[in-house]
Amino acid sequence: MLTSAILQAINGVSLAALLFLLASGFTLSFGLMRVVNMAHGAYYLLGGYIGLSVAQKTGSFALAIVAGGAAIAVLGYFIDHFLIRRTGENHLAQVLLTVGVAFVLGDVALAIWGGDNLMVPAPKFLKGSVVLPGDVYYPMYRLVMIFFGVFVGVVLWLLYKKTQIGAVVRAGVDDREQVNATGINVDLLFVMVSALASFLAGMAGVVGGAFLTLYPGAEWEILVYALVVVIVGGLGSLGGAMIGALVVGLLDAYGRWLLPEFSYFVLFGPIALLMLFRPRGLFGKEH
Amino acid sequence: MAEALLSVRGIHTYYGDSYVLQGLSLEQRAGTIVAILGRNGMGKTTLIRSVAGLTPPREGEIHFKGASLRGRPPYAIAQSGIALVPQGRRIFRSLSVRENLLLPTSGLARPGKGRWNLRAVLDEFPQLEERIAHMGGSLSGGEQQMLAVGRALMSNPDLILMDEPSEGLAPKLVKHVGEIMKSMRDHGHAVLLVEQNFALAMSVADYIYVVSAGRFVFEGTPQQLEREPEILDQHLGVARAH
Repeated sequence: MLTSAILQAINGVSLAALLFLLASGFTLSFGLMRVVNMAHGAYYLLGGYIGLSVAQKTGSFALAIVAGGAAIAVLGYFIDHFLIRRTGENHLAQVLLTVGVAFVLGDVALAIWGGDNLMVPAPKFLKGSVVLPGDVYYPMYRLVMIFFGVFVGVVLWLLYKKTQIGAVVRAGVDDREQVNATGINVDLLFVMVSALASFLAGMAGVVGGAFLTLYPGAEWEILVYALVVVIVGGLGSLGGAMIGALVVGLLDAYGRWLLPEFSYFVLFGPIALLMLFRPRGLFGKEH
Repeated sequence: MAEALLSVRGIHTYYGDSYVLQGLSLEQRAGTIVAILGRNGMGKTTLIRSVAGLTPPREGEIHFKGASLRGRPPYAIAQSGIALVPQGRRIFRSLSVRENLLLPTSGLARPGKGRWNLRAVLDEFPQLEERIAHMGGSLSGGEQQMLAVGRALMSNPDLILMDEPSEGLAPKLVKHVGEIMKSMRDHGHAVLLVEQNFALAMSVADYIYVVSAGRFVFEGTPQQLEREPEILDQHLGVARAH
């Protein structure tokens, strides 16, 4: 019993690490650009597929991660520049547009990679299990992923809180117009943050594809989780995305274990309650 | 007459659907303080926003240092040497005082060169140095005003646009704001000031325009304005009481 509880905790944290990769970009781009990009799940899936092909061709997992991220960063730029930009601040139009983009990307992926469950091949040294204290066997890959998530989180946090470019982004979240009047090209800033968000989503697809596998429809499953993460954490808050990912990852893991018939309820019930009493999320600011 | 630093020629500006500025023209030379006086809702803020490029005029021309600002985005106008101290200060709340001050010097902003840097601004406003690590959102109104001016100075601008700097400040601080503006002028910066506070504008300005319903109804020196009781009563009546 205790062993299972520990196991589920690690499961939850490793899912949280993956969700954080996806949600951090989503929350940053909403905070700065007020863009709701529902294609984020499709970015994840497509990034995963691209990483899969690169991994199969080159045999390098690291290269797959970088390629998946970079390809989606480029794709995200074009979708941003030619499509989303036209919606201005109309969130309803953004949601409709980006849901449409997600369907198109999903179909393109289906045409190229087919409808089977595919798994990104993880490198040899990440396969197999580790024995944790208390004789708990745990997949090496998921354990390493936790460290990877923490690593990315720390890098993002340092970038956001400690560098000048991070200060510019935070200022943009506070007051875009005044940043513009301070002599900073806000559009250029948007492009950079948007590219980073897309990169993170594509990278998350490769990382997630190595244990959750890739299949048509995975983009919507992961999107729902990512949305819950950013809503719980508060839109626009990086720290909120970390906490939100942990909450969602743990609720999901324990829900599946203790109440498998009600696992979605265990996840969404508490969140519905949170929304009733704190609609802006745990760390969100009022707009 | 010397070439004007700022020259606004017959601008018409709309704010949303409302027709706010109905053909304004003004000239400002380098190193002077020009004040725009007028009651609330007469278009003062819109004039500042027109110059800063935040609400560009639909008709008319604005020239700065001889070049037209037409079609230029706000950041490009700021980079050409115009800094904005906006109404309500608009300090970046989640940035520290230091980060607020350094923002205009980031690589993305291409700041001008001149005497102002972090050291010089902190020497000018020692109170800010005590609060250097505090978040912008935690400062008092007076401190925020100093920070807003300091932030504007960091880009070493030729022209500082000040929108209602006295708003919400205690009388003693209003006086201080006046001294700050004179000191800016002594350092060679021109200040375009928009104010409701009659006494403040009269005490610092070299030249005054009075705006009413989107048009200028007076222009001249503070001494000339003093001799126009009708203008004072009709267009500034309430504001004078401050």
